[in-house]
Amino acid sequence: MQARDIAELLNEPACTHNTKSKSGCARPKPGATAGGCSFDGAQIALLPIADVAHIVHGSIACAGSSWDNRGTRSSGPALYRTGMTTDLTEQDIIMGRGEKRLFHAIKQAVDSYSPAAVFVYNTCVPALIGDDVSAVCKAASDQCGVPVVPVDCAGFYGTKNLGNRIAGEAMFKYVVGTGEPLPVPVEAQRPGITVHDVNLIGEYNIAGEFWHVLPLFDELGLRILCTLSGDARFGDVQTMHRAQANMVVCAKALLNVARKLQTDYRIPFFEGSFYGVTDTSMAFRDFARLLGDASLTERTEAMIAREEAKINLALDPWREKLRGKRVLLYTGGVKSWSIVSALQDLGLIVVATGTNKSTEEDKARIREIMGDNTRMITDGSPKALLGAVKEYQADILIAGGRNMYTALKAKVPFLDINQEREFGYEGYDGMIELARQLALTLQSPVWQSVRKPAPWAQSSVPGVELGAEPCR
Amino acid sequence: MAEILKRNKALSVNPLKASQPMGAALAFLGINRAIPMLHGSQGCSAFGKVFFVRHFREPIPLQTTAMDQVSTVMNADENVIEGLRAVAEKSRPALIGLPTTGLSETQGTDIRRLVKQFYAQYPEYAHIPVVPVNTPDFSGCLESGYALAVKAIIDALVPESNPLPNPLPLAGEGANVKNNVGRRKKQVNVLAGSFLTPGDIEHVVELIEAFGLRPMVLPDIAGSLDGHLSDMETSPLTLGGTSVPEIYSMDDSAATLVLGNSMHDAADLLQTRTAVPDYRFDALMGLDAVDAFVAALSRISGKPVPEKIERQRAQLQDAMVDSHFMLGFARVAIAADPDLLCGFSRLVTEMGCEVVTAVAPARANILAGVTAKQVIIGDLEDLEIAAKQHGAQLVISNSHAVETARRLGIPLLRAGFPQYDLLGGYQRLWVGYKGSRQTLFDLANMMVEHGHHEIAPYVSVYRRVKGEGGRDATSAAGQNHIARPGVSEEANAVSPKQWDRNHETSAAGQNH
Repeated sequence: MQARDIAELLNEPACTHNTKSKSGCARPKPGATAGGCSFDGAQIALLPIADVAHIVHGSIACAGSSWDNRGTRSSGPALYRTGMTTDLTEQDIIMGRGEKRLFHAIKQAVDSYSPAAVFVYNTCVPALIGDDVSAVCKAASDQCGVPVVPVDCAGFYGTKNLGNRIAGEAMFKYVVGTGEPLPVPVEAQRPGITVHDVNLIGEYNIAGEFWHVLPLFDELGLRILCTLSGDARFGDVQTMHRAQANMVVCAKALLNVARKLQTDYRIPFFEGSFYGVTDTSMAFRDFARLLGDASLTERTEAMIAREEAKINLALDPWREKLRGKRVLLYTGGVKSWSIVSALQDLGLIVVATGTNKSTEEDKARIREIMGDNTRMITDGSPKALLGAVKEYQADILIAGGRNMYTALKAKVPFLDINQEREFGYEGYDGMIELARQLALTLQSPVWQSVRKPAPWAQSSVPGVELGAEPCR
Repeated sequence: MAEILKRNKALSVNPLKASQPMGAALAFLGINRAIPMLHGSQGCSAFGKVFFVRHFREPIPLQTTAMDQVSTVMNADENVIEGLRAVAEKSRPALIGLPTTGLSETQGTDIRRLVKQFYAQYPEYAHIPVVPVNTPDFSGCLESGYALAVKAIIDALVPESNPLPNPLPLAGEGANVKNNVGRRKKQVNVLAGSFLTPGDIEHVVELIEAFGLRPMVLPDIAGSLDGHLSDMETSPLTLGGTSVPEIYSMDDSAATLVLGNSMHDAADLLQTRTAVPDYRFDALMGLDAVDAFVAALSRISGKPVPEKIERQRAQLQDAMVDSHFMLGFARVAIAADPDLLCGFSRLVTEMGCEVVTAVAPARANILAGVTAKQVIIGDLEDLEIAAKQHGAQLVISNSHAVETARRLGIPLLRAGFPQYDLLGGYQRLWVGYKGSRQTLFDLANMMVEHGHHEIAPYVSVYRRVKGEGGRDATSAAGQNHIARPGVSEEANAVSPKQWDRNHETSAAGQNH
């Protein structure tokens, strides 16, 4: 990918902070950098498309360390969970055989697994030696009769966030608009309900959590053409241009897709979240607002009233257990505010939130939700996080999986909120699961057991360990 | 001798291979107060970190030189120097491991020169050893990367001493002309291969100590990655593992125990450097392998085998007797890095199993010694196809093979890297009489739980009871005909359904 293409991707007019210096331009600091690369970001964004053969073109480290490690679920095909890579060898690289191997790899994938399409992720080594991946993809597509989409996302191009955008760009460039949606089945039509087509962008269906919300869309007569990309099919992505409204669910990073759908196809979009009662209701209201259907608005309000009454009743016993507990939230981007409202709904106090990967807009939302005095944490090193837990007297750390053992080693309760997690928290019903998981760790008797010194060593501990204090 | 089948397809499906940089990082994680820094783009380290965090369920110190587009195209030397400085300044480690990656190797980095340049530029960090190692991910696998890193550690830290036999007892003054072998009479070096888990290393240490010897394990992931809560809440470096000053004393040891064929290159270097006599072992699984190891310990220490170990040996023998009913003729499929693959193949063959499918991610000398007709260099798709074709009854591989085993309809014993779905895999004991015994129990129990198939009820055509369906007599008879003994198992075994019948066939054969 050319430097100017990268610069263009970093330029996102739909972001309010676009006039400021680009986060992608800040060079990572050697010896003091955490977080994934562009390949990581692109793969995360697209891998949930279930009926596609996802081929990682490169040497083994890229696919070998990362395949089959996301929590995203499919209701049908499971091809996306089959790891595929060209596993380039030294000979391939020296002799320039990478392109040839890729061509045959695509053919092999099509022959063995009959995918709806093939996505090829370009990585550092072939990008450096100059494999013409898009030419190979075109040739292979002509030969195999299956769409083959190049995703040029070498790790050294930049951050995970850039990788998300590259993925969105690839979808927009090669896939969106290449297919038409089928008509709504007659038996699914209900009198008095006009069916509206919508897209969800940035919804990954982690642990199947979107299935908590999907029945409500059906009830309201909102047909989801495509969720980019949780439980999606290649065919869904092709028809995205026919939607009447888009919701950008998570990850600001796929905003470019929503923006281009707006400029090229005049599809309005809004940003929202399904975490928490308030935000879930808000999302449905926003859809009704954008679609401008009076009947839909009326039915939406009725549905919200019903669901909120139901869930509030079910959450009451959990709120008893959780009220007043102090939370330190450290997570990327949109989750830094979207999950806050969910936690506040449960009566927890969010004492501080991480903003390392958040955009200016995200930060504005945080201030809106949590007040102007909100403490924002930018240093995500284990030491800084634990220091913050201590300083703000947090009862629990909520963060991504990689920080889990940081918390556990320090004997601090923890909740995993990232892509690898095994529980779904979206929608009204997801709140119950979130409450249960929070209570489960906060109330666990193990914390007391691991914090108390051995009976023969009671008096000799100098200073006060963080973990030595009893849970508040 | 097993025939080695080269990779013959363009696409690797469900990869078995973990990369060389991962292996090198793992070796460095076995050094106390160390941190590996991969010379590559930041994703190389991010993925690696997640990989190990999920396997060990521990925080993993791992840094990156964070090559971006400009440094990739222009020159990333400054990234290395700057990265080393940042790590040295921030964490004051006892050692920094510096493995390269596919990216930096393709670019063509001279990693050794950069380390020299770093010391020249920042003499204040001269006391921190930096160990560079070339580990591109486009060759080898986790095991070879680990071995290369161990060799690099020896190269960087073990002092050169006179390789000639020592003319005087105990070297003291004038050490330039004499070597130091045996200066620490009870110290034995242990070069621990990547197939050993922290649990394995703990046990190996116990065995050695039972002979009154003092093991110096390199690298010692049992010290750092055994999963223990400590008062240190957080550390940017490893907590525990081989201490760096101890590595400097490896030339004083009385003997070196080399565990794993992959460690041979490292052992050769240590041998040349120190003249410490070495004893080499492929794997420590199964009676024969452990016997050889225990006998060597007895010889080195000059002590008889302690009763406790004799007892463990007798327990393994008893377990072998008990479990052979289930394991005899069992058809096993194994996919793992070469040393582990070979160890398992010998263990199960010793029990009367047949290794019908053996898959390794990359070539290694040891593969010829795998007790199977063929070893496929390949992935888990190759395992799946071959296991199906040969009617395998159980699979031994890592957590990625869960889906494979499910599709094959047979049980999986998880071993190797990575294991992320169940707990405790990282700590499991496989080696020694003790570990072998538990493995046999587990394998036998899998056969008991999954291998036995009850005979389907058969209802005579003459018996007609209203409302009760039965199997159609004619088709059932037709089915039974296929299961006649003497039919080649391989020809017969295609689907899991047919495999049931094969199982009966072989069980019948066993009774004869």
